[in-house]
Amino acid sequence: MSETTNILVVGIGGQGVMTATEILAEAAIALGHDVKKTEVAGMAQRGGVVSSHLRFGPRVLSPQITPGTADLLLGFEAAEGMRWRHMLRPAGLALMNTGRLVPPVVDLGLCDYPEDPVASVRAAGTRVYAFDASAIAKELGDSRLGNTVMLGAISDHLPFSAEVLEHCILKRFAAKKPALVELNRRAFAAGREAAGQAAQAEKSEEGVAAVAA
Amino acid sequence: MTAAAIKAFRPAPAQSRLLMSGNEAVSRAVWESGVRVAAAYPGTPATEMLEVVSTYPDIYSEWSVNEKVSLEVAFGAAMAGSRSFCAMKHVGMNVASDALMTMTLTGVAGGLVIAIADDVGLSSSQNEQDSRYWGRFAHVPVLEPSDSQEAYEFTLAAFELSERFQVPVILRLTTRICHVKGLVTVGERSERAAAGFKKEVARWVMVPGAAGRRLPLMYERERKLRAESEVSALNVVESGSDRRVGFVTSGPAYMHVRESFPDAPVLKLGFSFPVPFEKVRTFAALCDQLVVVEEVEPLIETELKAQGIAVSGKDILPQSGELSPNVLKPVVARLLGEPVPETGKTLPMPVFPRPPTMCVACPHLGVYYTLAQLRNVTISGDIGCYTLGFGHPWNALDACISMGASMGMALGLDKGRGESDKDKKIVAVIGDSTFLHMGMQGLLDIVYNRGNVTVLLLDNRAVGMTGGQNNPGNGRDIHDNEAPRVDFATLVKALGVREERVHVVDPYELPTLFKTLREETKIPEPSVIITNQPCVLIKDYHKLKPFTVIDDKCTGCGNCVDIGCPAIHVTRRDKVTKASGREVDLSFVRIETAACTGCGLCVQPCAPDAIVHADTLTSVINFAKKD
Repeated sequence: MSETTNILVVGIGGQGVMTATEILAEAAIALGHDVKKTEVAGMAQRGGVVSSHLRFGPRVLSPQITPGTADLLLGFEAAEGMRWRHMLRPAGLALMNTGRLVPPVVDLGLCDYPEDPVASVRAAGTRVYAFDASAIAKELGDSRLGNTVMLGAISDHLPFSAEVLEHCILKRFAAKKPALVELNRRAFAAGREAAGQAAQAEKSEEGVAAVAA
Repeated sequence: MTAAAIKAFRPAPAQSRLLMSGNEAVSRAVWESGVRVAAAYPGTPATEMLEVVSTYPDIYSEWSVNEKVSLEVAFGAAMAGSRSFCAMKHVGMNVASDALMTMTLTGVAGGLVIAIADDVGLSSSQNEQDSRYWGRFAHVPVLEPSDSQEAYEFTLAAFELSERFQVPVILRLTTRICHVKGLVTVGERSERAAAGFKKEVARWVMVPGAAGRRLPLMYERERKLRAESEVSALNVVESGSDRRVGFVTSGPAYMHVRESFPDAPVLKLGFSFPVPFEKVRTFAALCDQLVVVEEVEPLIETELKAQGIAVSGKDILPQSGELSPNVLKPVVARLLGEPVPETGKTLPMPVFPRPPTMCVACPHLGVYYTLAQLRNVTISGDIGCYTLGFGHPWNALDACISMGASMGMALGLDKGRGESDKDKKIVAVIGDSTFLHMGMQGLLDIVYNRGNVTVLLLDNRAVGMTGGQNNPGNGRDIHDNEAPRVDFATLVKALGVREERVHVVDPYELPTLFKTLREETKIPEPSVIITNQPCVLIKDYHKLKPFTVIDDKCTGCGNCVDIGCPAIHVTRRDKVTKASGREVDLSFVRIETAACTGCGLCVQPCAPDAIVHADTLTSVINFAKKD
């Protein structure tokens, strides 16, 4: 990674994208980085697209990530991960929730939901670790845990340790909703494990491909 | 921001280094500057400034009914010798400018800073405007921060400048200042007592003679401000090693320039109006050529050209929208005859659009479902969540330009109707807060001039689109304390709408809503239908038991889909050919029960009664299992 780390977090309004980015920002600040965070979230509260840019390093100037320079793409929704793939640099990594949120334009039959967003992103040449964060959150008992699951998933791919990020999340909950600390600890661990398994699967596939070649 | 989050906020101690949005940074500086009065009308991307200011102690804060009133309140406080603050989105100044254009003649006693937030790139606005024009138009200085730290520092500087030159100062922000978070080191608050109002008729009463005597003073002040801009520490020269192109830039564009061309000389204009021409000339001598990089209009560029300083600008850069490194780099490469960089050439993958939608159970859903059933109607719309009614599945809004315009446009559509529109019904749709902002006058005009317009006044007790702020229609002030509440029915009657033509309707009762609307549109005189259910995002809204679909009973009629509720999803499509030979599309549905709040709108048009309360269905299943 270059001097500045570029992370793009995407999803739709109400999924906790902006909060997740804010926690990533707090972790970077705790480690002494300069940080800028910006959103394109016009009317996000109304179910629109949200893309949150986080840049950190010794000194950050422009708050926006230039297309083709993101190190990490954290997709909270399958099609949204696909929508923003072009923001990644060629060797960048996409961490994608396979969970889907179908918009009214699809329900009304005006547009189609992509058949397999993860496969499409892969076919375009991007490294993807995909997992069903929505299902993991639901299993833990609350779909609102989705953003902690996603943060767990990205935690082993940051230029700092997963524990720093986990600490920032739990500190937040300890201050605001102490009853939820334990649940979020589990959500974080589950996300971390899911991304780890996806990485393993991806690597073994690569291995098979290499042998076949 | 939720009310709970606001109340939990306490000023952080001086020297704290905080992650702040530009709006939060401005608000902190407003508090530190000893401001005593702050006023605004909500509007993206400016809204959070007053929200945050209102959480600081020792400041009188208010949601005003519109931007003009907010500026007049702030000006009044400045006349009284208090430091005062006013914030608005770019289009707000169109409304407030009548006040601005004369307060520039009187000047101010206490410092007055007006933060104007331009929605460059139109993330949530009806147009894109460059508020720096107001500086030129009103002969007042303009400061342009380029990040949160500067938003904080420039606000402090703006109050000093305002008091020193007795002039209102415009703090020009853009979405990329307001909503970008960065680190800010904050300082101490200093108390400032109000100097008290000094009666001075020749200054505060702007009749022609007095105003004429103030004009030369205004121009003299502008000359002094230009001299100040020449020496201001807010205008910075950064000499670079690669002098082939030098950049004159302001606001967030500076960050993009600095990032894109780390070795180039840059003149950063933080105090961007009046432009310091001599400083630019000296800078120009350092560089082979100059490029002006500014958002949006070529204002600095045009003025430099008029001074005979050779610059490039909008002749090579885009005329609208946000600038960014991937916009700047290729342009400058072409200017220098260098190969254009390859970064960012990958095209986005095609994915369906995801336009903003109305919320699950939004009270506007019933209104637009009903409007969509009306035939031979032209619907004049307004600014708010309900503007979304123009889209699918309703397609029930035909025009929208500016706050309150639904009223006047409707009257014009009525009076100017062509032969083809002879029997058209004219409906105007406006929200509670927009009506109070600028719609009342339009309704009075409809009544006074005997227009044939049916007005739908959607009272959801909140400024919904900007996050549910309070207003005079919901009986709560900016601190969420009880406040006098306007009675819309009484108000419209007082404006002259006849009592029989005023109806208050529950927008979840579709048959009543449809009947009232159909009857009122038939009567050729002004009528007002007020809907009375709250925005689902505010505390007045109470969830009810959620619904679900009995799969076996769903016939795929798709009536519920036409409501447009985002909790209703189509699970399967089909086509059938009726006995008449007509082909009909079928949409079988499910309800996302976790999202459903039980408003019951979709239950009403469901032909086969397939939509039932989720708990009813569960108990039936449990009962069946017991058997």
